[in-house]
Amino acid sequence: MHAFPKRVAAFVALVSTAWVMLGGAAVATTSPPAQEGAAECALPQGSDDDTISILGRICDRRDTPQSPVEGVGITVEDSGGAAIGEATSGADGTFEVKLPGTAVENLGKTYVVKVDEDSLPDGTSLDDLERDIAINLDNDVSITFPIGEAPGSDTGTAVQGLQLLIGGIVFSVLLAMAALGLSMIFGTTGLTNFAHGELITFGAIIAYAVDQLPGAIRIGGLNLTVVIALFVAFLVSGAFGWVNDQALWRPLRRRGTGVIAMMIVSIGLSIFLRNLYQFFSGASSHNYSQYSAVQPWEIGPILITPKEVIVTVVGVVVLVAVTLLLQYTRLGKATRAVADNPALASSTGINVERVINLVWIGGAALAGLSGALLGVTQGFDYQIGFKILLLVFAAVVLGGLGTIWGAIVGAFIVGIFIEVSTLLVPPELKFVGALVVLIIVLLIRPQGLLGKAQRVG
Amino acid sequence: MDWQSILSLSVQQAFGPTAVIYCLAAIGLNVHFGYTGLLNFGQAGFMAVAGYSVASIVSTWNMSFWLGILVGLLLTVVLALILGVPTLRLRADYLAIVTIAAAEIIRQTVGSVTLVDYFGGQDGLTGFIDSFRNLNPYSGSVGIPGVTAWSSYDFWVMTVGWVMVALSCVVVWLLMRSPWGRVLKSIREDEDAVRSLGKNVYSYKMQSLVIGGLFGALAGFATALRSAAIGPSFFATDITFFAYTVLLIGGAARVLGPVVGSVIFWFLLSFLGLFFDQATRGSDPLIPDWIMSPTEASLIRFIFLGLGLMLLMIFRPQGIFGDRRELALDAR
Repeated sequence: MHAFPKRVAAFVALVSTAWVMLGGAAVATTSPPAQEGAAECALPQGSDDDTISILGRICDRRDTPQSPVEGVGITVEDSGGAAIGEATSGADGTFEVKLPGTAVENLGKTYVVKVDEDSLPDGTSLDDLERDIAINLDNDVSITFPIGEAPGSDTGTAVQGLQLLIGGIVFSVLLAMAALGLSMIFGTTGLTNFAHGELITFGAIIAYAVDQLPGAIRIGGLNLTVVIALFVAFLVSGAFGWVNDQALWRPLRRRGTGVIAMMIVSIGLSIFLRNLYQFFSGASSHNYSQYSAVQPWEIGPILITPKEVIVTVVGVVVLVAVTLLLQYTRLGKATRAVADNPALASSTGINVERVINLVWIGGAALAGLSGALLGVTQGFDYQIGFKILLLVFAAVVLGGLGTIWGAIVGAFIVGIFIEVSTLLVPPELKFVGALVVLIIVLLIRPQGLLGKAQRVG
Repeated sequence: MDWQSILSLSVQQAFGPTAVIYCLAAIGLNVHFGYTGLLNFGQAGFMAVAGYSVASIVSTWNMSFWLGILVGLLLTVVLALILGVPTLRLRADYLAIVTIAAAEIIRQTVGSVTLVDYFGGQDGLTGFIDSFRNLNPYSGSVGIPGVTAWSSYDFWVMTVGWVMVALSCVVVWLLMRSPWGRVLKSIREDEDAVRSLGKNVYSYKMQSLVIGGLFGALAGFATALRSAAIGPSFFATDITFFAYTVLLIGGAARVLGPVVGSVIFWFLLSFLGLFFDQATRGSDPLIPDWIMSPTEASLIRFIFLGLGLMLLMIFRPQGIFGDRRELALDAR
């Protein structure tokens, strides 16, 4: 049984990222979308002149947050094999090798970056010790060095499974909040909102904005800056949901715009907001001032960080509160009635428009809070919501589109499956596994786990 | 502000290889969405399957380029069948979610380190275009004197590409004026009515998905040939969304809609990009640095794009040439 943990370690383990950054006129216009994983190990800034260098940072991705690795030797050779320069990673893990000539002169050339195996920390080794880098003006080039088998990580499968299960539950709670919002909006309006990911990102950005205000918010000697930031993000996201509905969706419903047309409008909104976020917050990823690096608690063989506990507790409390509201209050019952059959609900005297408006506020507030909490656990960038949007969809469809309990159940299945499946599949493919499961479930049970069977064709 | 270079480069983009790609992808979506009412949000997946087939058959397995094209077309059909079986019996939004998920599955799989030996991971594949490039009859740069010019290879890709576009348009035109095409349009209008007339709606939808996917495959080949390289970032989810924008600008359910849409889309996108780039560069930029830096300026066009897509869908869903009555779509 010890084959699996080793294989997992082979991919999660140490990954160093070397970026070629170009100065002067050669500033990258758009950042490459595939930057997953670089969250807590940001890259050094390139110089803003006409010189060119290979910059990079060596990070150990086995740690959360990723920790820089010092003293790793890097050699750069040209395509003919002649050494150009060498460098050693500093205390923050960064290294820089200057290339001869200007950026333009190097266009189209290829360099080989080699990592000195002996200088790596004990117990680690890389699969590839050298990679080719082709210089171009359009993009920064990012190169990853996945690590080979890491000896010494002989924890049992059971323990590793338990550890992954905990990670899965933390993620599931966040996913459930976002999925609940999406499902409620779908249930009451029939809109599959592709801009829901941007509601998630919105929460993370608002929390960050509050966090970055000068000074710290202290209550009774306790630094509660991030806690307050989360609370503000929750409220402002709710307001944003109200604006969304009042300014866009409600007029569209009045016009009698079809559901598919609204879906395409939501795609436009998603592109619009995502680029607006990038405009204001940049392409890099951000961390909050607190909880970004903390020592994990050891409970038996399991490691859990305080922030994971806090995030999970907050998430569970909110989820329970929302489900209780939906189950027992008049408003909750009205919401479910509208989700079930808007015309019938309307005829029994429920103000359908008001319910929909409140659902938008609630759904956006939940999404925003989940984004802010996600930012606490792993940092965020302008497309964090867009990246997990498909998983939110998977959760909602898996549980049954439009059902409230289904969204939560689906989120837990997807969230836990994603983490625990890394026992068997490489972590880089864990999202793929979840999406494959989604398609298989649709084959067997098209209405989702908790959805009502209906003839649709 | 160098208006001439802005206009010249915008025209270059408007008819360039990239416009060809989006035009072909949008023709496929036109068959799916415009004529049949199927919401395929995974056109990027069809493109990726085709593009990667050519690239990996040639670079990884050292086989013929033309075999790669054949395999690409076959795999696209297989993908359409796999996607269609579970979803075509379901409501429209299920197909949307499953296709978008499938496209992402394909993209992440080919970009994975696990399969780096076959698909090149995040770096992608290169060096598979020799047999195509050797057929290039042009040399030097080709173009309209005084307006714009393309490199000989780009112009070769464009020539083949626009010929494919023309052929595709003829195929779509012939298909849609046939009885078969009228069944597709009636499925879009009222699926139940078609079913009650004894037509096998499921089978017609499947045929539509396959045929539209094949046009997507052509777009995938063009993507691989344009850059002489292929990588997972070429097939991001946004590609599909842009292709939808192209389709909606020109007008869905119109044979020439995607062609006009693509030219206009790329002209506007490059124009905005170049305009804001020039407006923020230099020692005394038109837009001062505290408002936006050149990096931020490159995002403005996408902000406009998103806004444009929303406004287009709200106020003129039929685009330039479309018929509004044909786009009174609704979920079924």
